[in-house]
Amino acid sequence: MAKRSAPEVNAGSMADIAFLLLIFFLVTTTIETDTGLNRKLPPIEDVTDPPVIKQKNIFTVLINKNDQLLVEDDIMDLKDLRQAAVEFLDNGGGVGEVACDYCNGKKDPKSSDNPDKAIISLKNERETTYGTYISVQNELVAAYNELRNKRALKLHGKTFIELQADYDDVNYRGNKTKLKEQIEKIKLEYPQKLSEVQ
Amino acid sequence: MSKFNKKKSGELPAISTASLPDIVFMLLFFFMVATVMRDNSLKIKNELPSADQVEKLDKKDLVMYIYVGQPSERFEAQFGKEARIQLNDKFADVSEVKAFIAAERASKREELVPYLTTALKVDKDANMGIVGDIKQVLREENALKINYTTRNGDISQNEKR
Repeated sequence: MAKRSAPEVNAGSMADIAFLLLIFFLVTTTIETDTGLNRKLPPIEDVTDPPVIKQKNIFTVLINKNDQLLVEDDIMDLKDLRQAAVEFLDNGGGVGEVACDYCNGKKDPKSSDNPDKAIISLKNERETTYGTYISVQNELVAAYNELRNKRALKLHGKTFIELQADYDDVNYRGNKTKLKEQIEKIKLEYPQKLSEVQ
Repeated sequence: MSKFNKKKSGELPAISTASLPDIVFMLLFFFMVATVMRDNSLKIKNELPSADQVEKLDKKDLVMYIYVGQPSERFEAQFGKEARIQLNDKFADVSEVKAFIAAERASKREELVPYLTTALKVDKDANMGIVGDIKQVLREENALKINYTTRNGDISQNEKR
């Protein structure tokens, strides 16, 4: 008698089952946004004598309830903010001890001494729209990033963003300790001093 | 000799669908890998603003989410049209943020607490008043690392319509 072979299992409905699962996952999941602007809030501490900051080292940005910008007591459009912030931060008007040897600004004595001294003060009203606030934050962060990129490109031939990407890259072949030093140095030269008034 | 005679019928052979399951499985695996399950169901309108200087939030488990926005239509009758805070699955008041932070901190290992980041998922049409209040509470609670969650895009999309 001939050997009987096992009957083949019908796999025709496999596609249906897989489709069912696929549709379930399509419906139940959402791709979450996980990008954003990282900021650090100032700690609450009792400062007995607040440090004296010269008026020329402060860059005031005020957003009013109609989402208009007042920058250094002048009305400004959002698109001009980045350039104005870059000019202020990179001014390097200081002489002697506070002189800035890496700034490329106009060295206007009426503007900031050096990027370390320069502070951007951001003030908003309760009725300000969150969207506008984020736009302003974005422009100010962009100003810092622009300066850091320029500096990194000059020192190391790569932008600051690329340096950071290299640092986070697990497959990076170069010296990570040295890379970290380079990043920290640029961060020190252009510190993000963004103060928010409550 | 009839062995070598080919059957000649005019019908087209049926297309084999044997590889269809493979294709569908491939799609299935893509979606399973690429998507994240949402752990909070949103009761508010949450259209995030756009920014182009974004950084990626890493360490997803060390993030506390605070949602702010106008209550969605279903809840309008109960909670009105003003932007509200949502913590976990329910509407909350500014005063409840403090307890929320404490609870989140308690649920994490002690050595990880300093690395906790607060992600503010705020609707772009919300007012800064409520955001300012939350930030004040966070400062009091010493939860200083925050992240304004935004989509990656041009800031011109943030204008009020």
